[in-house]
Amino acid sequence: MTWTLPLTFLLPLAGTLILAFSGARLGRRGTTWVGVTSVALAALVTALLAHHYLAAPEARTLTLWRWIAVGDFQPTIGLRLDGLSLTLLGVITGVGLLIHWFAAWYMQGEEGVTRFYAYMNLFVASMVLLVLGDNLLLLFLGWEGVGLCSYLLIGHYYRTAANVRAAFKAFLVTRIGDAFLAIGLFLLFRELGTLNIAEILQRAPERWSAGDPLVELAALLLLGGALGKSAQLPLHTWLADAMAGPTPVSALIHAATMVTAGVYLVARLHGVFLLAPAVLWLTGVIGALTLLAAGFAALAQTDIKRVLAYSTMSQIGYMFLALGVAGFEAAIFHLMTHAFFKALLFLSAGAVIVGCHHEQDIRRLGGLWRRLPLAYVGFLVGGAALAALPLVTAGFYSKDAILWQALAAGHGALLLAGLLGSLLTSLYLLRLIVGIFHGEAGSEGARRAEAGQGLAHGLPLVVLALLSTFLGAWLEPPLGSVLPAPHEGSEGWHLALELLAGGVALLGIALGAWLFLNRRAWLADVAARGLGARLWRLWHHAWGFDAAYERLLVRPYRGLVSGLRHDAIDALGLLPARLAWWLHVALSRTQGGKLRLYAVSMVVGATLILLVMAVAA
Amino acid sequence: MALIWLILIPFLGGLACWQGERWGDGVPRWIALGSMLLVLLITLGLWWQGDYRWPAGAESGVVPWALEWRAPWIPRFGIEVHLALDGLSLVLVALSALLGVLAVLCSWHEIRRRVGFFHLNLLWILVGVVGVFLAVDLFLFFAFWEMMLVPMYFLIALWGHSSATGRSRIGAATKFFLYTQASGLLMLVSILGLVFAHRAATGELTFSYAALRETPLSDEVAMWLMLGFFLAFAVKLPVVPFHGWLPDAHAQAPTAGSVDLAGILLKTGAYGLLRFALPLFPEASQAIAPLAMGLGLVGIVYGALLACGQQDIKRFIAYTSISHMGFVLIGIYAGTELALQGVVVLLVAHAFSTSALFILSGQLHERLHTRDLGEMGGLWGRLGSLPAFMLCFVVASLGMPGTLNFVGEFMILFGSFPVAPWVVAIASAGLVLAAIYSLLLMQRVHYGPPRSESSLADLDGREYAMLLGLLALVLVLGLYPQPLLDTAGPAMQEVQRLFDDAATPSPTTMPLGDS
Amino acid sequence: MNGVPMAHGLVLAAVLFTLGLAGLMFRRNMIFMLLSLEIMLNAAGLAFIVAGMAWDQAEGQAMFLLVITLAAAEASVGLALLNQLYRRFKTLDIDTASGMRG
Repeated sequence: MTWTLPLTFLLPLAGTLILAFSGARLGRRGTTWVGVTSVALAALVTALLAHHYLAAPEARTLTLWRWIAVGDFQPTIGLRLDGLSLTLLGVITGVGLLIHWFAAWYMQGEEGVTRFYAYMNLFVASMVLLVLGDNLLLLFLGWEGVGLCSYLLIGHYYRTAANVRAAFKAFLVTRIGDAFLAIGLFLLFRELGTLNIAEILQRAPERWSAGDPLVELAALLLLGGALGKSAQLPLHTWLADAMAGPTPVSALIHAATMVTAGVYLVARLHGVFLLAPAVLWLTGVIGALTLLAAGFAALAQTDIKRVLAYSTMSQIGYMFLALGVAGFEAAIFHLMTHAFFKALLFLSAGAVIVGCHHEQDIRRLGGLWRRLPLAYVGFLVGGAALAALPLVTAGFYSKDAILWQALAAGHGALLLAGLLGSLLTSLYLLRLIVGIFHGEAGSEGARRAEAGQGLAHGLPLVVLALLSTFLGAWLEPPLGSVLPAPHEGSEGWHLALELLAGGVALLGIALGAWLFLNRRAWLADVAARGLGARLWRLWHHAWGFDAAYERLLVRPYRGLVSGLRHDAIDALGLLPARLAWWLHVALSRTQGGKLRLYAVSMVVGATLILLVMAVAA
Repeated sequence: MALIWLILIPFLGGLACWQGERWGDGVPRWIALGSMLLVLLITLGLWWQGDYRWPAGAESGVVPWALEWRAPWIPRFGIEVHLALDGLSLVLVALSALLGVLAVLCSWHEIRRRVGFFHLNLLWILVGVVGVFLAVDLFLFFAFWEMMLVPMYFLIALWGHSSATGRSRIGAATKFFLYTQASGLLMLVSILGLVFAHRAATGELTFSYAALRETPLSDEVAMWLMLGFFLAFAVKLPVVPFHGWLPDAHAQAPTAGSVDLAGILLKTGAYGLLRFALPLFPEASQAIAPLAMGLGLVGIVYGALLACGQQDIKRFIAYTSISHMGFVLIGIYAGTELALQGVVVLLVAHAFSTSALFILSGQLHERLHTRDLGEMGGLWGRLGSLPAFMLCFVVASLGMPGTLNFVGEFMILFGSFPVAPWVVAIASAGLVLAAIYSLLLMQRVHYGPPRSESSLADLDGREYAMLLGLLALVLVLGLYPQPLLDTAGPAMQEVQRLFDDAATPSPTTMPLGDS
Repeated sequence: MNGVPMAHGLVLAAVLFTLGLAGLMFRRNMIFMLLSLEIMLNAAGLAFIVAGMAWDQAEGQAMFLLVITLAAAEASVGLALLNQLYRRFKTLDIDTASGMRG
């Protein structure tokens, strides 16, 4: 069955090629059909592979060909299927299929459907390569490929300059991370002489003892790449702007799959990170900071998708926190459940946005629960999972696993951050749901809202809603053979933590419901004056990172570019030419055609020569 | 015998084009296309049949060429017509022939005046370049080196565009000529210096590459002679302080001229460094390696910054070339096998992607009649499949994995890291800068609000085929570069061996090593 | 003839030459410039004669014949130019004929 492994990316790739070359000839229906079917077939292959893998859970590798062979440098186009890649593969093709399908409904009135599906399929292919690659160079191929697709899809509506800027920013910020990752690869190759992941994990402990400065450096560089891709502090600024793309793109790329690639990278190279305790600690701290910072920022957004974007950052912060306390399994588990419920939330948001004729400002929505029941259910179920409502939701189990790992590893501060984050989560979520679905509609679009029709709209929402409940938590990822065992601790403490976490979530929900349903006017008043207004501004602009980067990096760069524009060095090279020109101008004055001047100059010259001769003699 | 035909075919073809003009404009085009294709076929045939592995047990110092052809020229001074081929030259000759075909194709409709003479120049550029890649007699090499300038000068001066801002095509052509000519004279001085040093040591007057490689030189003399070669090649590459001619020449040249410049002429600089500067003076090259790598870094950053500020699309692409050539310079002077192989790959990749971008900007110019980026924007929906091709090549030029450019760049960086980790770390910032300028180009031309809704002509079959062919090469070789690596490998191993030997200090050159 | 010392003759030649030179430099009228030129040539001729006498050499006088011929040729060319100048510009001012920038 291993031979079917390449099909998982070849099928979407074939979809891209068909769409790219057949262009408009397929028509809207044909395009959609090709785009969805290619991913559906990939999902089918994944299901078969999962079936076989679970029957005999051993890692399988398949080397297609040797990519480059020069001396020691022998990266291959080689695939490796193990529990970790299978989990990610399932998420990518499964959730990807649902989103592609939903997009058939979402994009029905939009321009550029062919382009959209071609890029989406290319994205799936790259993402599959990212998780299946058995060496870091192939992983890097997928890594850059998803970045490119993300760029192209954010800029889908290319006529608006702001969208293009957002796309540019997304690519650039992640590319900064990628540059670090690339240096990390150079360092690993120099030290270990291989890029094969299995060999790296085997050789790293032989080469380095824990805490060796070189391994810390390598881990730090890899972490840089992960931070960029996963929108963590300080490389997080691109994700909120990335919401300029169509909503299915946000669901697939900027919630479910690509942004979690950083988590995958750290989990995949856990052997290196475990040798670098300082970097591991830093990972956890960055995760905790991001989850709090993004949680606060989400409280003060007015755009539905931006709230969800900050929520995504915050949830990935949880995953990084889990990685930081060496709870790799918990991180991947949360990655999976997060993919389900965040995709559900984004698709529901998409249903609201299209239903309300492209209105996505919370303040201008409201009272929609009757008109858009399915979207309302989607938001409720997805929101419950996001807020980790105890026992019935998938999010509860995965978030609990993270908090428990933090406690068991003895990181009290990180645990506290996680608990505070969950309170914030409940608050911004309630604000979002109440804002969209309760109260009075604030715009014409919301008053004339129309619910979506058809299977393409309904089925993906229902399936994702089911996966977001405890049913999703039953899908336990087969990670035991790949990742180190989770921390153990006493059952009593675990139960106490579960009660505490559940209590915090419920408290947050109750507080949020009370605040946003009954005390709206008071809240608006607080946010409009004094300290409240200042906090609102700070959080609305997500702690001012954008402005700071604008001032520290973008403007100096622009200044440098406009200063150098005329190529100063070239002007220097032209100096001899300039000199010749000046001499020409000066000397041509002496040949003015004035006969008498010539006579004078002759006399003067002759006299001078005679004088010189006389003096010399 | 095949080698002399590689030079004679374009030479005779050029004369035929010139005279063929009297039977109509189509005749020179077809003759030129035919001769270019013939050269390409011969090269591919050589590639197919030949064996470019290093013969086992080859003596060091004896240069085993895969193919050789020699005839006496001026025996009194030890000058011969001596052509030889190894993997490196084969790759570059094949590349030149391929781009030659593209140059003919892309000027099919662009050139309407003096068609015959135009194709004469186009073919004679190829004569010069192929000669440079094949000559292993230093005098002959110099002759070809100078010879390729003249047709290029005419190409820019006679068929170029003068822009409104006062930059004239004649000025650009003159600048190009002066830069390369002046540096070429320095090389001539170095060649003569080397020959006389050889005669002083052995009593034999010869210009033969193999003989001159064995010349014993004092460190100081070697350094001066090496600098003469280095400057000539640095101007051609171009390395940053000597790059001034490139943007002007590119901007003012016709499309075919830009394709030849970017695709072929720049490669002669890198070829010269690999074939002459390093093997002839390994110690001196080793000594200036840090300086050269520094210049490479400056080139990467400077080219990238300058590119972002340009308004003319062809100047924009020209500056990105400078940035890419910075990587080449770093790779050459890192001197590890991996880096050197990466250099060859990047040369090929850059030739493909940059030529494609120049062809695309030529096509844009045919449709919009402007090269000003300020007057473009929002073209995505108006040009059929052109923007998609542009996207692909822009992405290739920013080094996206899966394209040949990625393989080249990353092999250079992987190979240079053990030698110069800091240089590589800074060069990696070039990856970010490459993303900035590449995407900036894309969005200034094709994204943003459109200036009008009317659609412009889509690509015709000829244009589509050219671009698709280049794209296929970039992608296929990007995923399977091994044919290139295997062919150029032995030659690069030899360079690396010489370079490495020079790095281990012998007791005579470094007395401190003994104590 | 030996009563006149050579120095006196040479001084006279120098004075004549200087006068001619000054006239050439400071006059704008072409007739005067030609006259000045003639004076200078005759000054040079005088110097030859004086020197030839002083050293009893015949070459001095031979040179003087040469100078006279030269002066005649010069005068004819000069007068032809003068004629042309007057026809074109209706003036004898040499500066108006200058067509060069500077």
